[in-house]
Amino acid sequence: MHLFLQQVFSGLASGAIYASLALALVMIYRATDLVNFAQGEMAMFSTYIAWMLVNAAVPFWAAFALTLVISFIGGMIIERVVIRPVENAPVLAAVVVTIGLLLIFNALAGWLFTYTLQEFPSPFPDRPLFGALLTSRDLGVIAVTLVMLALLFVFFRFTTIGLAMRAAAQNPASARLCGIRVGRMLTIGWGLAAAIGATAGIMVAPILFLDPNMMGGVLLYAFTGALLGGITSPVGAVIGGLIVGVTENLVGTYLIASQLKLTVALILIVIVLVFRPNGLFGTAIVRRV
Amino acid sequence: MAPILQLHAVKAFYGAFEALHGIDVEVEDGGMTVLLGANGAGKTTTLRAVCGMVRSEGDIVFAGEALQRRSTEQIAAMGVAHVPEGRGTFVGLTVEENLRLGAYSRAGKPHDAMTRMYGYFPILADRRRQQAGALSGGEQQMLAIARALMMAPRLLVLDEPSFGLAPRVVEAIFAIIDRIRREQRVSVLLVEQNASLALELADQAYLIETGYVVASGSAKALSDDPQIRRSYLGY
Repeated sequence: MHLFLQQVFSGLASGAIYASLALALVMIYRATDLVNFAQGEMAMFSTYIAWMLVNAAVPFWAAFALTLVISFIGGMIIERVVIRPVENAPVLAAVVVTIGLLLIFNALAGWLFTYTLQEFPSPFPDRPLFGALLTSRDLGVIAVTLVMLALLFVFFRFTTIGLAMRAAAQNPASARLCGIRVGRMLTIGWGLAAAIGATAGIMVAPILFLDPNMMGGVLLYAFTGALLGGITSPVGAVIGGLIVGVTENLVGTYLIASQLKLTVALILIVIVLVFRPNGLFGTAIVRRV
Repeated sequence: MAPILQLHAVKAFYGAFEALHGIDVEVEDGGMTVLLGANGAGKTTTLRAVCGMVRSEGDIVFAGEALQRRSTEQIAAMGVAHVPEGRGTFVGLTVEENLRLGAYSRAGKPHDAMTRMYGYFPILADRRRQQAGALSGGEQQMLAIARALMMAPRLLVLDEPSFGLAPRVVEAIFAIIDRIRREQRVSVLLVEQNASLALELADQAYLIETGYVVASGSAKALSDDPQIRRSYLGY
């Protein structure tokens, strides 16, 4: 029982990381009908920025905040420069652009920082808590995710710009008729998604060690979480991410060798697509032609 | 009275297809103009051209300023409130959030305007916390009009507000439109299938067929025209 609970809590911690990245995927998917395959590599690159800042003796939380700001601006620039030109192109063209971005960021990181594993500091001490049920590091990761979710909730629910972003994602034509500059909302959306992804990268780096391929598996888990939650639902993405994290940990502990854990994600994707293509919280997408 | 909106020789295009072949339409300041015509004649396209939602040529002048080459969101911010075909409410947002979005391009707190809208449409006040998608068709139309009025527009553009609604609801909505028009001093450009009702309220009317204006004049003159009576009014 103790082992089971331990694995659940540590699964919640990694699930929180998947949930963050899943949320970034869902935000962009809702706004543009596009799965951003580069979300993971963008997060990895952000994490290297944080790593450089920390190595330059910037205090951890200052480096964290600075990285979020840089990622936000970087995300906005990527939308403007790379995504905007394919806005009205067939969706496959846009998907290829995001895959191109993935390769570019991966290669760029390899070139700038090499493919050697780097140690990344954790802001949280690694102490066992509550009779070794969970570590203070797990608790810290979960807390950071919860704070970020709460801030996003307040932003989207109570601010005018957050409301305008929801309107633009839901019905761009009507949003324009209300005087909302939909293009600007998309730009801000990419910036936010990049900052959320950066949070996930910085939280996962102390566990996985930092290298240009760090986010490959994480993106797959996040994508599974987003799909499980119904790809269009932010709440679903968070819950889906947590479920994936816990499932992955439990299956890896009790059923299969932990080296095979990644297949859990793929199996979950297949199960969701076969039995519940709209996920747990998604709405069916009907296209009028 | 000077016109608040003037279209001169306006052509509109969907891709290479020319949907309007050079039409002239005016809305007087404080007036109400109705566009009549069969489905596919180009009425909705005319409204879309005004709001920059289709590619167009010719002159479109609103309150002395050319609208062409302006984006839809700029035109909205200039005071043109468009209630599109199918209402265009944000179905996943609450009634109150829809109204707040209407006031997006206005400075200041939307509270007073919102109270005024709840005065015109008390049912919306009862449903303010509900999702717009849960409203009935008539309530959604009211919400769409209220949201447009939140912009404090000078010109209200309405695309078939009676579409899919029961006759009693239609009459109620048109009565409110007429009242709001007088009280808020807002001009109206209306597309409507219910010709007899529209001609009763409007002061100018245009008959559009296959992308041309084929008849125009005062609403009174058009409703007395025997041919229009036969084709559009049914008596």
